[in-house]
Amino acid sequence: MSVLARPVERAAAPAPPAPRKRRRLNRGYGFVIGALAPALVLHLVFVVSPYAQAFYLSLTDWNGVAGKADFVGFDNFTRLAGDSLFLDAIGNNLLLLLLMPAATIGIGLFLATMIQRGGKDGRTGVRGSRFYEIVFFFPQMLSVAIVAVLWGFAYNPNNGLINGVLRAIGLDGLARSWLAEPGLALFAVMAVMIWSGVGFYMVLFSAAIDGIPKEIFEAALIDGSSGWTTFRRITLPLLRDNVQVAFVYLGMVALDAFALVQIMTVGPGGPDGSTEVMGLSLYRTAFEYGKFGYASAMGVALFFGTLVFALVALRGNKNRTELA
Amino acid sequence: MSSHEISRRSMLRAAAVLGLTVPGLAACVTAGGNSGPQSSGGDKSATNPFGVKADAPLEVVVFKGAYGDDYVLAAEAVYKKQFGGAAIDHKGIQKVGDTLRPRFVAGNPPDVVNNTGAGRLDIAALNQSRQLENLDKLLDAPSWDDPNVKVRDTLLPGVVEDGIYDGSFVRFNYAYTAWGLWYSKPLFEKNGWMWPKIWQEMLELCEDIKKTGVAPWTYQGKFPEYVTDPLLVMAVRGGGMDLLRSIDNLEPNAWRHESVKAAAEAITELSAKGYLMAGSEALSHTEAQAAWCQGKAAIIPSGSWLEAEQKSVTPAGFDMVMGAVPSLDSNSKLKTNAIHAASSEAYLVPSQGKNVQGGLEFLRMLFSRNAMKDFAKSVGTLPAVKGVTEGLTMSPALSSVAEAVKNAGDDTINYRHRIWYPTLTKAVDDSVAELITRRITPAEWVDRVQKAADDLAKDTSIKKYERK
Repeated sequence: MSVLARPVERAAAPAPPAPRKRRRLNRGYGFVIGALAPALVLHLVFVVSPYAQAFYLSLTDWNGVAGKADFVGFDNFTRLAGDSLFLDAIGNNLLLLLLMPAATIGIGLFLATMIQRGGKDGRTGVRGSRFYEIVFFFPQMLSVAIVAVLWGFAYNPNNGLINGVLRAIGLDGLARSWLAEPGLALFAVMAVMIWSGVGFYMVLFSAAIDGIPKEIFEAALIDGSSGWTTFRRITLPLLRDNVQVAFVYLGMVALDAFALVQIMTVGPGGPDGSTEVMGLSLYRTAFEYGKFGYASAMGVALFFGTLVFALVALRGNKNRTELA
Repeated sequence: MSSHEISRRSMLRAAAVLGLTVPGLAACVTAGGNSGPQSSGGDKSATNPFGVKADAPLEVVVFKGAYGDDYVLAAEAVYKKQFGGAAIDHKGIQKVGDTLRPRFVAGNPPDVVNNTGAGRLDIAALNQSRQLENLDKLLDAPSWDDPNVKVRDTLLPGVVEDGIYDGSFVRFNYAYTAWGLWYSKPLFEKNGWMWPKIWQEMLELCEDIKKTGVAPWTYQGKFPEYVTDPLLVMAVRGGGMDLLRSIDNLEPNAWRHESVKAAAEAITELSAKGYLMAGSEALSHTEAQAAWCQGKAAIIPSGSWLEAEQKSVTPAGFDMVMGAVPSLDSNSKLKTNAIHAASSEAYLVPSQGKNVQGGLEFLRMLFSRNAMKDFAKSVGTLPAVKGVTEGLTMSPALSSVAEAVKNAGDDTINYRHRIWYPTLTKAVDDSVAELITRRITPAEWVDRVQKAADDLAKDTSIKKYERK
């Protein structure tokens, strides 16, 4: 909320008599409009207009190549409700949403804490923390496609890295066909999402911990607080904003997951729909089945799903701020 | 916060209002209409049957994949010579659909399109939107090599049928693909293994292969359609063309035919008896085929593109050849060497192109014997025209394919439902993956596929076709 309001708030802060206030306010508006106009025009042309078109197309039977599309009302949406593959996709996306952000944030927080305050005395990071900071960030520098291909190799049941390691240490019984077992495939994909996301959030949280005044930690140490208590009572509450933002970002990643699933999985989306995600259903419906109207309806559903998620997450944020 | 500040809420509201007031932008996706300029022709003659205007430029867009586009360039040189150096705009590209979709919508497509490869255009949708020229007049035109023979009569069986959508012939396929089971000829000769004619013999062969420490079969687990193919061939051999027709026409209980279930049972025997290479179910086509070329497995299902695809990883002396899928038992309703064969590499002439006549004439040249011979020689694939490979020196793989096509004669199996109904295709392939890993039984598999076919038959939003 405050991002847009802040400059105006500052300008109006001295609160002079009414007539002057009005003039200043107009100047404030002029500046804001002038600064926003170019971005707003780009936003209208490249974001709002495609959205508007997608909303319109979701009510038609457009096939992607015809010069015209027939209006079919809400048929596409009623059909969605009975599309078992799309319902599978929603379920899988929700499972990703439930587990992936929490795991990524959890591991990210742990690593960040270790890097900042994991040393023996509790004041510095573990030995070699700079090195870890850089190494854990590596996955962030690879494109999703490369990550997916590399992990596809790693998951190969015969000569892949994972089964290779398991067999080398005598755990042959744990070797699996990771991407081909319906019960495992989605978790295999999820592990890759976590692996590739953790580094970024570790750096983010690490910088945020660095920004917490040292005196607070010192005081806690002098009071004899353990590492865990310091984390739970001091670090985490002061990082809440960062965690919330991370949750929104990761939630959007969880509701997408298209690229990894498309490149890595059996089918793709398999085995038997067990890794199907909404983005993949949408892509297949549009570009393989030539049903762009129906695919747009999926896109619109996905849009509202993401919107609701973002609103809920931000609403939680707002309530907390007001309480504080 | 006082009321006159710009809040996020009012910004959102303003944005929403703006969003709703841009119907002008919203209308532009489908604003093209089907009223592009009609191309105007020149005078017709025996050597210029479509009346091409000599100076009219021609735009050719082809998919540049494993087959390259050299043979197209060669045909373009002939066209230039014929029509006084008409300017030809040639584009060899990938992702044909993404590039051309907006041009079709805008009513400004090229004159000739090779619509192949990942991300291609949906031909059925194009045809329904009247974007494609009916090529009947090309079929009935004199062939390039012999004016007394029509183009239609130079083609292999099924090429015309494959190109018919909704009653009009709009898709002219250039290559001819046959499917079967592949093995290394020297490996089989060394061990004295004979290619089996019926499934029981296949199982016995697998037992022999297994004893040598090699996995009898592997398959491209990530893409289960590779297994669907032998399954359907076995089913159709047992049930005959009537079964194929009833499946393609989505008739009730078509999939409940006893030979469909018997074929599904045959496929599960491979995994039940441990004849599949471990881990196959998770391998991509590259991984499974590489393992096969390295001798880790003896047999793999694939189509006639396999040799070209494996070129860089095939060891010398591997000499892959294609064998026909065995029959379920000795009561086959078709020839026991009936195979799945179909034409591919789709050429289209968009009806809104600026030089439709030029497009037709160009295809007449492209389907000439010389061009076809060049194609067969350079890419090692059968072209769609009869008898072109005679007298050519061919690799063992290509000659085994040519022989299989010849042996099958008119008994080629080509399932139309896989082209017409991609949703059914996906349902079948997904459940085949479950079948071969024995997560479902053959009976459950039949139930699932029949239900998918029934649901499709009931779905009024999907256009239905009929196989005669």
